Amino acid sequence: MKIPRALWVAGMAVTLLLAGCSKKQETAEETSAVPSEQPAGGTPVDPATAGEITGKVTFNGPKPKLAVLHMDQDPVCVQKHSSPVYAEDGEVNGNGTVPNAFVYVKEGADKYTFPAPTEAVTLDQNGCLYKPHVLGIMVGQTLHIISSDPTTHNIHPLPKNNPEWNQSQAPGAPPIDKKFARPEVMIPVKCNQHPWMRAYIGVVKNPLYAVTGEDGTFTIKGVPPGDYTVEAWTATWGTQDQKVAVSPKGTATADFTFKPGAGT
Amino acid sequence: MALAIALVIAVITVISVYVFWAHVWWLPVDVSTHGASIDHQFMMTLIMTGIVFVLAQLGLAYFVWKYRDRGDRRPAKYSHGNNALEITWTTAAFIVFVGLNLLGYRSWASMRFTPAAADALRVEVWGEQFQFYFRYPGPDGQFGPTHVNLMNDATGNALGLDRDNDPASKDDIVTATLAIPVNREVELILHSKDVGHSFYVRELRVHQDLVPGMAIPIHFTASEDALNYNGGRYEIVCTQLCGLGHYKMRAFLQVMTQEDFDKWLKQQAEEQQ
Amino acid sequence: MEAHAVATHAHAAPTGFIRKYIFSLDHKVIGKQYYFLALFSVVVGILLSVLMRWHLVWPDARIPLLDKLSPTGAPGGIMTPEYYLSLLTMHGTLMVFFVLTTAPQSGFGNFLLPIQIGAEDMAFPRLNMLSFWVTFAGLVVLLSSFFVGDGPPLSGWTAYTPLSAVGSVAGPGEGTGQTLWVISIALFCVGSLLGALNFITTTLDLRTRGLTLMRLPLTCWAWFITAVLALLSFAVLFAAGVLLLLDRVGGTSFFVPAGLVVSDQRIAHSGGSPLLWQHLFWFFGHPEVYIAILPGMGITSHVLSTFSRKPIFGYRAMVYAMMAIGFLGFMVWGHHMFVSGMSPYVGFAFSVFTMAIGVPSAIKTFNWLGTLWGGKLRLNTAMLFAIGFVSLFVSGGLSGLFLAQPPVDTNLHATYFVVGHFHLVMGVAAIFGMFAGTFFWFPKMFGRMMNETLGKIHFWITFVGVYCIFMPMHFLGLEGNIRRYSRFTDVNFLVPLIPLHKFMTIAAFVTAGAQFIFLFNLFWSMFKGEKATENPWEATSLEWTVPSPPPFDNFAGRHPVVYRGPYEFSVPGAPKDYVMQDAPEPVAAH
Repeated sequence: MKIPRALWVAGMAVTLLLAGCSKKQETAEETSAVPSEQPAGGTPVDPATAGEITGKVTFNGPKPKLAVLHMDQDPVCVQKHSSPVYAEDGEVNGNGTVPNAFVYVKEGADKYTFPAPTEAVTLDQNGCLYKPHVLGIMVGQTLHIISSDPTTHNIHPLPKNNPEWNQSQAPGAPPIDKKFARPEVMIPVKCNQHPWMRAYIGVVKNPLYAVTGEDGTFTIKGVPPGDYTVEAWTATWGTQDQKVAVSPKGTATADFTFKPGAGT
Repeated sequence: MALAIALVIAVITVISVYVFWAHVWWLPVDVSTHGASIDHQFMMTLIMTGIVFVLAQLGLAYFVWKYRDRGDRRPAKYSHGNNALEITWTTAAFIVFVGLNLLGYRSWASMRFTPAAADALRVEVWGEQFQFYFRYPGPDGQFGPTHVNLMNDATGNALGLDRDNDPASKDDIVTATLAIPVNREVELILHSKDVGHSFYVRELRVHQDLVPGMAIPIHFTASEDALNYNGGRYEIVCTQLCGLGHYKMRAFLQVMTQEDFDKWLKQQAEEQQ
Repeated sequence: MEAHAVATHAHAAPTGFIRKYIFSLDHKVIGKQYYFLALFSVVVGILLSVLMRWHLVWPDARIPLLDKLSPTGAPGGIMTPEYYLSLLTMHGTLMVFFVLTTAPQSGFGNFLLPIQIGAEDMAFPRLNMLSFWVTFAGLVVLLSSFFVGDGPPLSGWTAYTPLSAVGSVAGPGEGTGQTLWVISIALFCVGSLLGALNFITTTLDLRTRGLTLMRLPLTCWAWFITAVLALLSFAVLFAAGVLLLLDRVGGTSFFVPAGLVVSDQRIAHSGGSPLLWQHLFWFFGHPEVYIAILPGMGITSHVLSTFSRKPIFGYRAMVYAMMAIGFLGFMVWGHHMFVSGMSPYVGFAFSVFTMAIGVPSAIKTFNWLGTLWGGKLRLNTAMLFAIGFVSLFVSGGLSGLFLAQPPVDTNLHATYFVVGHFHLVMGVAAIFGMFAGTFFWFPKMFGRMMNETLGKIHFWITFVGVYCIFMPMHFLGLEGNIRRYSRFTDVNFLVPLIPLHKFMTIAAFVTAGAQFIFLFNLFWSMFKGEKATENPWEATSLEWTVPSPPPFDNFAGRHPVVYRGPYEFSVPGAPKDYVMQDAPEPVAAH
């Protein structure tokens, strides 16, 4: 009976071949995780002369009414909140300041080298919301995704320049670690289990970024002296650019004011 | 061997029939006005198929035991069949099967061939991966247009309403729980934003797919009984494979008195204006 | 296709070997190739179902080695919902296409049809070889989806649009995985179409002298009618598959309507119809279940008659019933779509035809019982599986009468009632047909006998096991237990049903484990089984007039002449209790 043996061999060959393919796939993924657009042989930043950029982001217009997020479908989510949860996009404080705006040095820092930090940026899923709602990360830096909810979550980034992926995380499953190979502002992240959940990830080439806090202010530290274009991104009203000059050990100010009507 | 297989088939038959007979697992309660006719048709079918099941399985078991090769010299019966018998059971099977089907005609027709009454409560059902939303038209009775470019779950505007510019949208109420009044006809208009979903409430005997690109109406009335079980709260589940979150795509249906319903709707409206 | 190169390379030394055993034109070799392709697929398919059953009842359990197979599908060994659906899709696709369509028709049919009709080979041997290798390529493409991108698609074996059409935004596996799936199915369609042409031509043109259509063994009738069904239905699936592929990669919109927003992303397509896919798919899909079961019916009829030592009861009725099933099978596809949004009037019409198709199925059951009646039953393993087939077909067939009626289907649609129904009637029953066929024709295929003791142990565990797995699914369906859920913990009314699911899972483990007995028996008997004689079962059809295994040209240049029908057992006055089809001597009574 040689026919089945021949088939077995063929089957084995196919399996091996495919196994080979899959392995190749993995290694390809790993190498692509190494920052690809890092300028080679740039100047390192001298911490002695580095300054900072600070400022606040405000919205000049009628305060938008935020919708209530309906979490009825998953009792786990409902139980985590004692009061109604409102949408986070478009949030404006009483004094007009805007939290969760992403501010980063868009141009002017390319001549410096910024090695990707070894520590990871953590994205937590808590109360069926992403914490933080907006975050920055460097190309090649690890995004560490954990869950504090006893329900299955799903992480589905919808990038334009990076590969899309979509992975669920059951309670008790290990954290998910991912990297982004190319800069992209912003990558929306969606939970397919809880469609209201949204995070925005700003993937940038340098560590010169910040997210405005509850009070709408931000500070970008460690900026080498020079002229820069700084961009502020908001989920609701789009982006604004501004040119700033940072002197050695100086503090440059960049305030951004958004108006209704603009936006993506 | 013959006895063993006869016994095993018989035991399987008896256990299967017992489980149906004793209602060990059974249909959920029926809280709709049309469900009785469905359940009746189900029972008719169960009785008919039950009889055929028992006769066929026990007949098989009996024949296997009775006509086993006992090692004696009895020859097998040399017969190529019997045309009269063939005609008889063909006709009988045809009458029973098709007749049974025609009996169910009325039940289906009453659910599906007639539109909802003009005064029925109209609610839109929207499915998306993996969530149901429900839209009440508000006092004007009009559903405002939906704009795909405004659809965004994270801002709480999953249906893409433009409340500022569309007057009909202004008073629309969007919820994630479906509340309906008891004893009043409800017409649901089913939509899907992305892929196929399905709307299934087993206690209401209501089941209909949500098909992208289509607006599919269904109508039903929750009977007085609906308030009596589980506080009038039932689960709406998706039954059409829609992706990774299919297994937990569900919402709650809350049946209320008309009075409570009006109160609830008012409260929802206030929250959203 | 690189796999071929590797396989052929490994056996390059004896040049004759490749032509003999790999790219063979011999229908017997091709039949075995199909058989082993199906065997490999069924092993993978069962393995997937075991993993699924495991996850369903212990959803947070760490399944050993699973994270090695798919680090993202089962991080830490805990299966994700998307991976469950991927396994579900692959299980369904493998089983329906590469097992149920492949083994009974292309496997047994290829090996036996020419011999049973007294021919040297199929009508088109080269086409025959091509159809196998195209099917093989389809399998390789399908399995490769495990190893690329996000893994296999999660849209089920029915691949409903737009889920299957809009790409990876709709879920993991909907990117590359789904594209590979469509390509695989298209390849499979081509293979099946070529095979169907061959079967039809062979049956019509190559019958030996005296073998009129009404003297054909019922197996040949089954293969012939199945081939006609395959020709008409796979052509439609092929077209549908190509359109779906174009929607996915060519920017067309056959199945995707305008204005879709998936995961907050606008989809650019417009103008297509999701229902169109369902109509095209089920226009194939329903005949497909008869493609799966008709050969099993033929095998069961053949085996029951042989081991009852009785002519088949109502031969003509059996043939007409199969024709009726084939004909009506094309008019019932809408019963999958009662709640799809299709017109309720159309739904009712489909329902009438569906109930009508129960009639020929009932005729077949009655005739099987009629065949047993008054017989002298030899209860060997092949016969046990044929009896099991009848029992399972009755159980699974009757539950179809519920689903055929729109009002009753309202509550049972897309529940485990459906899963139990089709697994019994087209899954397990068809597999019992294959087991019966394997034990029956193994001597002819491999020249040795299979072990009866192991066969019977395997039969008992499997027969009781499948009832324990699939009968409770009907009860779950009554309770509204929805199918294709990756866990039952997140819907309140499903939680109390988990204990019953646990029972089914344990039954599934035991039953799946018992299949090793069969595999062992199969491979052990191939080399160590007792040598088979020419006609070990004292059967009458032409394959038992040639040596076991048959020579290359089957009849060694002889052209057999057929004098009578295939089921002349216990003819009064005949010297033995069976008369071969090619026996020229007159017998006392007819």
